[in-house]
Amino acid sequence: MTPDLADGGAASAAPSPAAAERAARAPLMSVRNVTKVFGRDVVALRGMSLDVRQGDFISLLGPSGCGKSTALRLIAGLSNPTSGRIEWAGGGRTDADLGVVFQEPTLMPWATVAKNVWLPMRLRGKSFASCRADIEDALETVGLKGFEGAYPRELSGGMKMRVSIARAMVTRPKMILMDEPFAALDEITRFKLNNDLLAMRAKLNCTVIFVTHSVFESVFLSDRIVVMAARPGRVIHELNVDEPYPRAEIFRTSAEYAAQCRAASEALNEAMGGAGAGHE
Amino acid sequence: MTVRDTDPTLIDADELARQRRRRVEKIASWVLPAAVILLALFLWHWTVVANEIPHYILPGPGLVGEALVANAATLFDSWVITIQTTALALLAAVAGGVGLAVLFNQSRFAEMAFYPFAVILQVTPVVAVAPLILIYVTDLDLGLFVIPEKVLGMLIVAWIVAFFPILSNSTLGLRSADHNLRDLFSIYGATRWQRLRYLQIPAALPYFLGGLRIAGGLSLIGAVVAEFVAGTGGMGSGLAFRILEANYRLKTDLAFAALILIALTGVLIFALLSFLSHALLHKWHESAVKREV
Repeated sequence: MTPDLADGGAASAAPSPAAAERAARAPLMSVRNVTKVFGRDVVALRGMSLDVRQGDFISLLGPSGCGKSTALRLIAGLSNPTSGRIEWAGGGRTDADLGVVFQEPTLMPWATVAKNVWLPMRLRGKSFASCRADIEDALETVGLKGFEGAYPRELSGGMKMRVSIARAMVTRPKMILMDEPFAALDEITRFKLNNDLLAMRAKLNCTVIFVTHSVFESVFLSDRIVVMAARPGRVIHELNVDEPYPRAEIFRTSAEYAAQCRAASEALNEAMGGAGAGHE
Repeated sequence: MTVRDTDPTLIDADELARQRRRRVEKIASWVLPAAVILLALFLWHWTVVANEIPHYILPGPGLVGEALVANAATLFDSWVITIQTTALALLAAVAGGVGLAVLFNQSRFAEMAFYPFAVILQVTPVVAVAPLILIYVTDLDLGLFVIPEKVLGMLIVAWIVAFFPILSNSTLGLRSADHNLRDLFSIYGATRWQRLRYLQIPAALPYFLGGLRIAGGLSLIGAVVAEFVAGTGGMGSGLAFRILEANYRLKTDLAFAALILIALTGVLIFALLSFLSHALLHKWHESAVKREV
């Protein structure tokens, strides 16, 4: 592998307007040299550093076991780093700063769609009536207006995921963490949700950290791709995607998209230890 | 959920067959059990007549029916008492089982300390300890009213039999909430109480209701066992006492009449709790959802 992959392969030979805009964003959170060890000797993540700025759409891309989900859990505060620090701009984070979407929709089956979306606000002591407008707004944004009273079992996989996204954004958080949210969906639904996710983000103007193992998804969605390798989990490359937002479906078939995907694939290949070697 | 844009009168052969099957099943679900019961009654009657069995050994169904009608007033009074004991024991089992399950869930150390004790209570044959329990207890003065020692003893016996399924099912249920949902509650900074109230209790509900259905039957058995052991006559005697009394007096038909009422009570409890379960779960839980084929 050639070392010049690190500065973004094909797309960032000269500083583009997108790169300049990106550099001007305000810092939001920093992962500083974070290591996470499970038990005595299972190193899930080694020496990860990442500066997240307001408005970034970052994909953590890598094979299974590369620590991307561990990194997400550390950022979410669900576990603590073994060494290193996670720093939030302006002190600590509050519960309201974060929204989370898991690989499964993770809805409460006993509650209606509206009650599920209400959850983050309910946990902060807000009544359903006082949140009604926000809930309806969030559901409209994900395209589920009119489904407030439905139960999760009545919805398709894609619709459940939309409810999950509505729940993550209903508090208008600064950052949304997504852990392979579309991995279990069929491709048609996934493409549609990719497009809709970008539209939602544009409306919400929030930062997204998106864990995926799909090169195509990471290039289409994000403006920064962090490529990670396994055993031990670590960051090996960072690529930028300078295609400006809003990105339309046409981007998927463009030459730039293909070039970015190739660059990301090569980086991922290297993460897996060369041409397929070491991949289970 | 699906929308048809075809002629609504258009029903295909599969659908017709399905409708026919559903109709037949609906009728069969009543007719078959009724037929089997009638057949059993006939076999019973036939056995008694053909073998000329004396009525004090095994009375025929006709005699039992007559005894049921002739002693209706006494049996009804006893029935009310047995139902009271059963209902109180079930209530106590729910309170104790759920209370302990929540305690165990909130404190791992409490669970470690007391769960073995609960298991010991469960596996001890209650018939063996019931006479002792009835000796140990005294009248319990609750200020507003006094629970007589006999009633209290019977309640304790029935409770011991009934509480364990509720405890073990609720304990399992409280632990069974989806782990991603638990993470989500942590991320949003939920308090212990919020986690219990909004996540664990709803997740445990199907498990609890499963335990409740078992406990319903067990509390009836517990009440009957307690009455057998308590065994004193006069006022306030339940159906089990009527059975004992009838057996002493060789009035086997009366014993059977009381037995039928006990069985009927068990069926009613099961039906009632099944209905409760359906009412609480039918909107969301897989066990109660009707599938479109």
